Amino acid sequence: MNSVFRTVPAPVIQVRNLSFFYGKFQGLSDVSLDIARNRVTAFIGPSGCGKSTLLRTFNRMFDLYPNQRAVGEICFNGRNVLDPSQDVNLLRAKVGMVFQKPTPFPMTIFENIAFGVRLYESLAGDAMQARVEWALRKAALWEEVRDKLDQSGLSLSGGQQQRLCIARMVAVKPEVLLLDEPTSALDPISTAKIEELVNELKDEYTIAIVTHNMQQAARISDYTAYMYLGELVEFGRTDEIFIKPKKKATEDYITGRFG
Amino acid sequence: MPFTLYRRRKFVNAIGLALSGVSMALGLAALLWILWTLFWNGLSAFSIDFFVRSTPAPGTENGGLANAIVGSLMMVGAATFVSTPIGILAGIYLAEFGARSKFAAATRFVTDIMLSAPSIVIGLFVYAIAVATVKQFSGWAGSLALSLIAIPVVVRTTENMLALVPGSLREAAFALGAPRWKVSLAVTLRAVRGGVLTGVLLAVARIIGETAPLLFTALNNQFFNADMNKPMANLPVVIYNFAMSPYENWQQLAWGGAALIALIVLGINVLARVLFRDKVRA
Repeated sequence: MNSVFRTVPAPVIQVRNLSFFYGKFQGLSDVSLDIARNRVTAFIGPSGCGKSTLLRTFNRMFDLYPNQRAVGEICFNGRNVLDPSQDVNLLRAKVGMVFQKPTPFPMTIFENIAFGVRLYESLAGDAMQARVEWALRKAALWEEVRDKLDQSGLSLSGGQQQRLCIARMVAVKPEVLLLDEPTSALDPISTAKIEELVNELKDEYTIAIVTHNMQQAARISDYTAYMYLGELVEFGRTDEIFIKPKKKATEDYITGRFG
Repeated sequence: MPFTLYRRRKFVNAIGLALSGVSMALGLAALLWILWTLFWNGLSAFSIDFFVRSTPAPGTENGGLANAIVGSLMMVGAATFVSTPIGILAGIYLAEFGARSKFAAATRFVTDIMLSAPSIVIGLFVYAIAVATVKQFSGWAGSLALSLIAIPVVVRTTENMLALVPGSLREAAFALGAPRWKVSLAVTLRAVRGGVLTGVLLAVARIIGETAPLLFTALNNQFFNADMNKPMANLPVVIYNFAMSPYENWQQLAWGGAALIALIVLGINVLARVLFRDKVRA
């Protein structure tokens, strides 16, 4: 077992001895950690350290690319999601993801939300209307778009588009939200809104976020994982990591002496 | 010293600019000359009769191209109706499903060959399989030949358009748990629908002027005929026959037909550009 490994209370996802390969290149080496329920876990580290790679194993996003593979165990709801018998579409409905660049679909704001819902539920007109409003309220976007639900999702500003993507993910009612640098393409005000949102959403969801912004990790997360060159260097409570990190490498990175 | 270097560069630039300007003027002049001759001779043939009467018998006066216009529209319409879904679905397969498979690579190769195959070869092929076997020239055979020309155009534009869709959009749809077919039809195809539609329109523009594939499939018909099982009149073959005839009214009709096709193709291209400008998003 990796020396960095430590358990957290009420883990939703348990990663054990996970290694990841892009063809012959090894992107992750023997990573083990837990993601705590209804908490925010942040992944920090320099570019190419494997943060996004790790996040993309949780919903098996890497399955889209034939030369990528993961070895090890990721336990979610009592089963290993890396098992070939795991239905990836059902997994992705339970483990939602939002990306660095806002990706509204080329359809109306309403349809953007309804698209994902329709994949797994057949809701009547009123119920769908209610679900769309519920999701948009969760993403703090309802007040801004309530009068233009039939306009294209592309007509929104960047920050609004990203909140639309969060609403779209939440509408499917997942348990875990994966956020892959969700604010790196946004202005400071939009970033603040998303951070506020993360803080509200963690009451109901388990959140894992990759970020390049260390202040952001310190502000919004309960647990922080510092990664370097595909390895988990240090993992623990965010206050411990940022105030008295156990390892010199972590301290160097968070104080800006390296990275 | 740097000053002379700079003067030299300006001089070379002026020569290059002048040469490319002249080339452009030459190309444009040829195009305008063709259009001018076509419309000068052709537009005067337009009349009510031109659109409502059928092709005249040798030596008779008047007449029009109604049978050829209807025949062309029916054959091009049927060919478009068949080749659009086939072409779009094949394009989706190549871009979204079989990106790396051997079968897709082979399909892509064959499509490229079909794109550059001489259209008379396609006409001969259809003659062999759909005319010689049933001993009957027909509108359907003509339509089949036109489809074979249109399909690769639609396949290639669809594939190229889908390749422009950013991977992040595709991943976002997959991340909601959508199956691949749903991602392809509802998200990626939708993102480039303007471009795909443009491909279809350009295919229509391409086949509406094709003569060779129709010469020995649809043949021609002197009379008005809307039965696709029989030989059918069509604009390109009528133009081909009439332009070389000794009768002045036939030659006049050929000019008119040519001008009509040019106008249709021009219209389709303008429409395609307008659609493309509004809808494509890369």
